[in-house]
Amino acid sequence: MERVAEGVRVDNYLRLVFPSRSENESLARVAVASFVAPLDPTMEELTELKTAVSEAVTNAIIHGYPDEIGEVVVACALHGNRVQVVVEDRGVGIPDVDLAKQPMYTSRPELERSGMGMTIMETFVDKLEVESKPGEGTRVTLIKTFRTAPDVM
Amino acid sequence: MSVETKLERGIVVIALKGELDHHAVEQMRDRIEQQLAEHGYRGLVMSFRNIDFMDSSGLGLILGRYRSVSEHGGKMALCEVNPTLKRLFEMSGLLKVIPVYDSEEAAVAAILGA
Ligand SMILES: Nc1ncnc2c1ncn2[C@@H]1O[C@H](COP(=O)(O)OP(=O)(O)O)[C@@H](O)[C@H]1O
Ligand SMILES: [Mg+2]
Repeated sequence: MERVAEGVRVDNYLRLVFPSRSENESLARVAVASFVAPLDPTMEELTELKTAVSEAVTNAIIHGYPDEIGEVVVACALHGNRVQVVVEDRGVGIPDVDLAKQPMYTSRPELERSGMGMTIMETFVDKLEVESKPGEGTRVTLIKTFRTAPDVM
Repeated sequence: MSVETKLERGIVVIALKGELDHHAVEQMRDRIEQQLAEHGYRGLVMSFRNIDFMDSSGLGLILGRYRSVSEHGGKMALCEVNPTLKRLFEMSGLLKVIPVYDSEEAAVAAILGA
């Protein structure tokens, strides 16, 4: 356990499991935002994290489970002033992750997707990891360090 | 989700409200398209003053409307875009094709003057 301020343990974790319904996108964002609130992130850091989480969860819902309702897992962990968010689905998987990460690439142009989700995630967090196997699912790991650690005060 | 619509000198003006994510954009798209079908495709202004959150689904909504207005020979403009949204617009290259104005009036005037 790390301690960033006198007597305050900030190490914490949260696990959310929900069906791949689009109304759960905002729920996931808000839950993650509340989870990191004790670290006192700036508005900009918070918006970046919420946007990245929204992208990953939306992808699991639209692309992971295109024709059925499946389960999405969002697992968050705090280590000091760093948060890790893992978004996982057991859906169709990504045949070519490098292609999927290309700016403007989308496999679903007919749904008016912009193909910018992966690019936004890469820009808004410090580290993005995408692991996927066709037919088995996708795991997206987002890592972000907040500059304003609570022990600065 | 909510969308406020009005007609300004033949231009459809849409004030978006709330959170522009995948869940919200589907209904918004239908509402905007319905307004365009009803009032014509001469011009479309989208105002972002009351948008609290947007992700790449919002970019898809904007680019999709740009496509449908352009196909009908109309013009499109955006207005009241905060710095956070502007960053997303920049990232997607959207600012190269759709102009952004400070106010709704300026956006309408620009389309009418074009
Ligand atoms: N969880 C996922 N399951 C299956 N495919 C995915 C997943 N996430 C992303 N993809 C693939 O990667 C592509 C690019 O994703 P993204 O950059 O978010 O663009 P968009 O969502 O607009 O298509 C998607 O079009 C899809 O083909
Ligand atoms: Mg996406």
